[in-house]
Order: sequence, then structure tokens, then C-alpha cells
Amino acid sequence: MKRIYLLGLLPFIGILGGIPFANRVTPYILGMPFILFWIVMWVVLTSGIMAVVYKLDPANKEEEVQ
Amino acid sequence: MNVALIIIFGFLVLSLYLGIRAKKGKDMNLEQWTVGGRGFGALFVFLLMAGEIYTTFTFLGGSGWAYGKGGPAFYIIAYGCLALIMSYWLLPLIWKYAKEHNLMSQSDFFVSKYKSPYLGVLVSLVGVLALIPYLVLQLKGLGLIVSTASYGSISSTLAIWIGAISVTAYVMISGIHGSAWTAVIKDIMILVVVVILGMYLPFHYYGGIQPMFEAVDAAKPGFLTLPEQGMSVSWFISTVLLTALGFYMWPQNFGAVYSAKNERVFRKNAIVMPLYSLILLFVLFVGFTAVLQVSGLKGPAVDESLLRLSIQTFDPWFVGVIGAAGLLTAIVPGSMILMTAATLMAKNVYQVFVPSASDRRISNLAKVLVPILAVVSVYFTLQGGNTIVTLLLMGYSLVTQLFPSLLLSLMKNNFVTKEGAFAGITSGVLTVAYITVTETTIGTLFPALPPAVKDLNVGIVALFVNITVMTVTSLVSRRTSKVKEEQPAA
Repeated sequence: MKRIYLLGLLPFIGILGGIPFANRVTPYILGMPFILFWIVMWVVLTSGIMAVVYKLDPANKEEEVQ
Repeated sequence: MNVALIIIFGFLVLSLYLGIRAKKGKDMNLEQWTVGGRGFGALFVFLLMAGEIYTTFTFLGGSGWAYGKGGPAFYIIAYGCLALIMSYWLLPLIWKYAKEHNLMSQSDFFVSKYKSPYLGVLVSLVGVLALIPYLVLQLKGLGLIVSTASYGSISSTLAIWIGAISVTAYVMISGIHGSAWTAVIKDIMILVVVVILGMYLPFHYYGGIQPMFEAVDAAKPGFLTLPEQGMSVSWFISTVLLTALGFYMWPQNFGAVYSAKNERVFRKNAIVMPLYSLILLFVLFVGFTAVLQVSGLKGPAVDESLLRLSIQTFDPWFVGVIGAAGLLTAIVPGSMILMTAATLMAKNVYQVFVPSASDRRISNLAKVLVPILAVVSVYFTLQGGNTIVTLLLMGYSLVTQLFPSLLLSLMKNNFVTKEGAFAGITSGVLTVAYITVTETTIGTLFPALPPAVKDLNVGIVALFVNITVMTVTSLVSRRTSKVKEEQPAA
């Protein structure tokens, strides 16, 4: 198990672990109730996190060489 | 025949035409028909997978839940994202194994991993069982779209039949190549339509998205968050987790995995797909706008909220465009589901019991099963009184039962035996069936528990039963087989 793979756990912690604290309407951010903003923010972060994992993952480099 | 209907039927004909064209010049053996000859690149696999995610469920069900339930509908945005993270590691492993062993369906995977054809039969039956509510919800959506867009001149029963017949014709003519092509048009249309609706409607009625949410919050305090009880925080967490685990356990999603050209396709998709899934946000905006503008939809009728709001806002021609987009979101996944279910029954159930059957016979049987399964689904569609999302969650509870034995089979040292996998899946599915039929919740089973535990999604209970039975059975069967091996030696 490579250490960068642990990054993939962050969104789980953020969405599942964070929701009890984020379950509120105010403050509105980008026009959305806070709970919705919280989830959307994590979806966007997930994309970024997976891009980082992809870049650093040696499995993808090996294939490129082939 | 009004303008809206003409546009909707125009798109129906166009998608059938593309399906027929896709077939031309291709020799359609069973592998071509189902996994597209394993030659699809990132874009096509992406579209096929996206086709699965953005179905009638999202279009009508998502807005319906936002309208009917409020805050709990946010789960729809969360689960796909977590499923995609898992896909980064899970799908390349599945794809690689499937390619090496020339597998075609999900149950082939279990057969090959656990060396048990009968486990394959079980997995197929679970798959078909879960696919029926999924197909029912697509047909329900089709029925709603056509009957609403006809402004009442076509009854929803007739509309459901029209929908079922088109999906059937579509699948029998073109197989997966047709799905991929129509998926292209469908995705562009749904993208455009949903973004337009999600931006325009809140501005048209409230002057913006935040004013819309504020108005809803003022009229119905607490509607925009998860409630204290019922669909509470613990319901949210357990449901998101359950559906994320089940995401790729759908036989047709599993099948779409096989159609990829290489394994990096999945890793790339894991980066792009989360952003793509944000389209769902606009669907939710539509549903929340409808809350104070469309009154009196209750029970299963909440699924009509998007269409009702569209009709009272737009000219018929644009209602037609919305309806056409909705029609495609039902036909593409509907055809994938039908094809998958038919192939499973023919190849992974029938052939196991009649091993002498030729490939040609299996292939023909699969095609004959398509209309039969369609009729069964129409029957349930006309019977049922559930919302689209409820139907989907039921299917999810079933397919998620395949997850533990699948995941463990990918490990180097898998302690689960075929008996264990068999017992685990069976007990999980029976638990779901019992819970669904008797409408049990954890609260009715154990009234003394604190509310946070009571609100857990019942699918989690079934999963727990499943894992326990699987583990115990595996350990016992492992021990007895060891004893048997040692006895002759002694």
C-alpha cells in the first residue's frame, strides 16, 4: 500500500465524518445552504485529490514507459 | 399531437436510427453484442458509465426528492463521488482479471474466482432481481415524461407501453454499440437542459439561487437540512456508504467496466467524473424551486415536480426538448439494463443447467428474453406505488450484498470459500427481502435503541448479516475440507 493512496480517505472523512457538523443552513456560501456547499466542496476537492494521486501513482508511469 | 410530443418522438426515432447504424458492418456475436469487443477508449467508457449515473433517476427522481424530502436529497451528490474514489483502485483490478480470463459478465467473475458455476447462478439471480426495480423506475420515468408532455392526451399506462416497446426494439437491434452512440447525444442534451433549468428557474421565480433557498427555508424551517429523526445524519452516512459500495456492483456497471481498452481509462475517469457529477446540483435546484411553485404533489407524484414546473414556465416546444432529454435518460440505461438482465439469464443461468447449449442458442435465447423481461417490468410499473428514489434504494440494498465476497476475492489471500460466499450473499438478500416486504426498520426491530442507531439504512443491517454469515461459513467449510483432506492420509 503506497502512502499517497491514503489521500483517497480524505473525502470519506470529510463527507461522512463532517456531515454531523455541517448539517446547517447558514452561512450561505455561493448561494447554497451550508450543508449543500460542504458536500459540493468535497466533490470538487475529490477531483483534485484524485488528480494528485494519479500524478504520483507509479502504476501509471510504468504503463507510459511500455 | 402537440409540438412537445412531436419533438419527443423525433428524438426517439433518431436514437433508434443511430442504434441501427451502429450495428451495420459489425458481426454481432455475444461478446460484440454485450461488451462491445472490449475496444472502447476513455471517452466511450466514460459515457457509458455516465449513462448509468445520469438516468431518469437523477432527472426526475433527484428533483422529486428535493421537492418531497428536502435535505436528505443531498445524498445523491455525495455517494457517486465516494464510489469514484474506490473505482480508482477497484476497477483496474476487475478489468485486468476479466481480460485475462476472457469474462463477459459479472457472474463470470464470481464463477472464475470462486470456481463455482452455481455461485454464478446466484449472483445472476441477485443481479436480475435488483435490475427489475431499476428498469421499473426507468419505465415509470418514461411514462411520466410522455404523458405529461402530451398535456394529458396520452395516458401514463399507454406511455409506459410505448416506452417499454421502444427500449425493447432498441436493444434487440443494436446491443451495446447503440447504447454508446445514443449516450453521446443523451449526455449533451441532459447537460444543456439541466443547466438551463437549474439556472433559469431559480432566477425566474426568485431572482437567484440564494433567494430561492432563503424563501424555502423561511416557508419550511428545517427543510434544507437533515432532520433530527428519520432521514437523519446517521441515515445519511449509512445510505451514502451503502450506495457508494453498491455502485459498481450493478451487473450493467460491472459489464461496462469490461468494455474498456485499458486500465488507465478508469483512473483518468476518477478525476473527471466527480466534477461531472456536479450536474446533479442543477437538478436539485429545480426540485427546490418547485417546492413553493408547484403545490400539492404527494407520495410517488413528487417525481412529476420537474415536469410540472417546466410546463407552467415554458412554451410547449421547450417542454418537448426537456421531455426528449428525459426520454433519452431512460432509454440508454434502460437498454443497458435489459440487455444485461437478458444476457445474465441466458448465459449465466440457463447455460449452467444446459451445458450442451451452443453459443448461437444462448445468444438467441438472450434476445428472446429481452421482450419477456420488458413485459415483466411493465407489469410491476403499472402495479407499483413507490417513488423513483425508493425503487433505486431497494435495488442498491440488493446489489450491495455482492460487495464483500467480490472485494475479498480480489485479495491475494482470500479466506472466503465458495460456500461462504454463497451463504453470505443469500442471507444478505433474504434480509433485504424480509425488510422490504415487512417494511421493517431498525426502530421497529429494536425500539429501545437510541435514534441515531434506529435511523441507519436497513441495507447496512443486511450487509452486516451477510458478512457475519460469510465469515462463519467460510471458516467452518475450510475446516471441514481440511479434515476431509487429512482423513485419507491418516
